[in-house]
Amino acid sequence: MFLRTALLVLRKDVAIEWQSLEILATTVFFAIGSVVVFAFALVKEGQAAPDAAPAILWVALLFAGTLALGRTFERERYGETLRALLLVPAPRAALYVGKLLGIVALLGGAEVILVPLIALLFNAPLLGRLLLFVPLLVAGTIGFAAVGTLFAAMLMRARTRDVLLPILLYPITIPVIIAGVRGTSALLESPADEPTAIMWLAIVACFDVVFITLALWTFEPLMME
Amino acid sequence: MRKLVTPLTLLTAALFAYVPVSIAGAPNEATMGLVQKIFYFHVPAWMAMGAAIAVCGAASTIHIFKNRPAADRTAAAAAELAVLFGVIGLVTGPLWGRKAWGHWWNWGDARLTMALLLELVFVSYLVVRAYGGPGSDKLAAAVGLFGTALTPFVYVSVNLWRTVHPVTTVVPELMGGSMPGAGLPFTVSSAAFLLLCGLLLIVRIHLASRQATLDELYLAEDDGV
Repeated sequence: MFLRTALLVLRKDVAIEWQSLEILATTVFFAIGSVVVFAFALVKEGQAAPDAAPAILWVALLFAGTLALGRTFERERYGETLRALLLVPAPRAALYVGKLLGIVALLGGAEVILVPLIALLFNAPLLGRLLLFVPLLVAGTIGFAAVGTLFAAMLMRARTRDVLLPILLYPITIPVIIAGVRGTSALLESPADEPTAIMWLAIVACFDVVFITLALWTFEPLMME
Repeated sequence: MRKLVTPLTLLTAALFAYVPVSIAGAPNEATMGLVQKIFYFHVPAWMAMGAAIAVCGAASTIHIFKNRPAADRTAAAAAELAVLFGVIGLVTGPLWGRKAWGHWWNWGDARLTMALLLELVFVSYLVVRAYGGPGSDKLAAAVGLFGTALTPFVYVSVNLWRTVHPVTTVVPELMGGSMPGAGLPFTVSSAAFLLLCGLLLIVRIHLASRQATLDELYLAEDDGV
C-alpha cells in the first residue's frame, strides 16, 4: 500500500510533467544560465579557477533544485490538489516518498544535460570517472531533495514561501554541498583520488539515511493541519 | 521554575563578578599575551550555544509529536539564546583571530565555520517563526529538529573539508591543560555562561507563557462580547 501510493504519486507527477516538460525545461535553462554566469565570474585570462567545475556544478544544482522544488509544489497548490492528496487513505509518508522520487527524477533529468555541459566547458574529465561520480551525484541529489521536499511541502501555505525555502534549505544542505564539491574535486584529480571520493560518498549516504528517516518520521505530524 | 530565578540571578551575577578577577590572575599565554584571554569568554559562549541548541532540538521534537505549546515556547526561547550566544562567539572569534593570526576570518578554523553554519540554521528558525505565517510553529520545530540533527554532519564535513589548512593549535593546547593557570578562570567562566543561559531560558519561557495567557484572555473576551 505504501509503495503503491508512492509510485502512484510519482506516476501522476511524471504524467503531468511529461505533457509539457515545463518545469524540466525551465530548470535546465536556468541551470545553464547560472553556469554561464559563474563561468564569466570565475574565468580569468581564459583559464577557469582550478576547482571551478565541481563548485559550479553543485551550486547550479542547488539553485536550480530550489526553484524546481518551489515550482513543483506551486503546481500542487495552484491545482488545489493538496487537500485531495491529504485525503488519500494511505500513510502520509507515502506521499512524501512519491514527491521525493518525483523531485529526484526531475533533478536527475536536469543533471543528464548539465553534467556533460560542465565537463565540456571546463575540460573536466567527469565522464571518465562515472563509476564513482554517478553515485555521489545521485546521493547528493537525494539528500538535497529529501530535506527540500519536506520543507517545500510545509511551506506551501506560507505567504513568503518562495524566499523562505532557500533560507531554510541552504544551511541544512551545506554538508551535502561540501561533500559533493570535495568528492567531485577528488575525482577530477589526475589520477583520481578515489579513497577521498568514497569517504565523501559515505558521508552523503549517511546524511541521506538520517534525513530521509527524520522526514518520514515527521511528515505526518507536520502535515496534520 | 520561577522560584529559581532569584537565586540563579544572584549566583550568575556573583560568578560573572568573579570571572574578571580569576582571568586577571591567570598567566599570560606565551605567544599571544593578553589577547588570548578572549578565550575565557569565547569558548564558554560556544558551550552555552551548544546547550541552547540541544534544548531547542529536544523541545522541537516534543512539539512536533505531542503538539504542546509549552514545548513550542521552550524551543523558540532556546533558539533565540542559541543565536545570541552564537553571535557572542562569532564576534569574539574574529576579534581574537585578528590579533592572533592577522586576519579576521579563517575558513580553516573548523569551530568558527561550524558555528557559523549552526548559527545560520537557528537564524532561519527565527525567520520562519517571524515571517512564516500561520502554522509556522510546526515548521520552525522541523527546522529546529533538523538543525540539531545536522550537528554531527557539520562537525564531520567541516573538519574533513578544511584539512588542507593549518590546524589551529592554541585552543587544543589550552583545553589539553598545558597551561596550568587556565583551569580556574575557564571553569568559572563556563559555569557563569551556562548558568546565564539557563537563567535567560527560564525568564524567556516565562515571558512567552505570560504572553500566551494574555492572548487567550483577549480571545476569550472577544468571544464573550
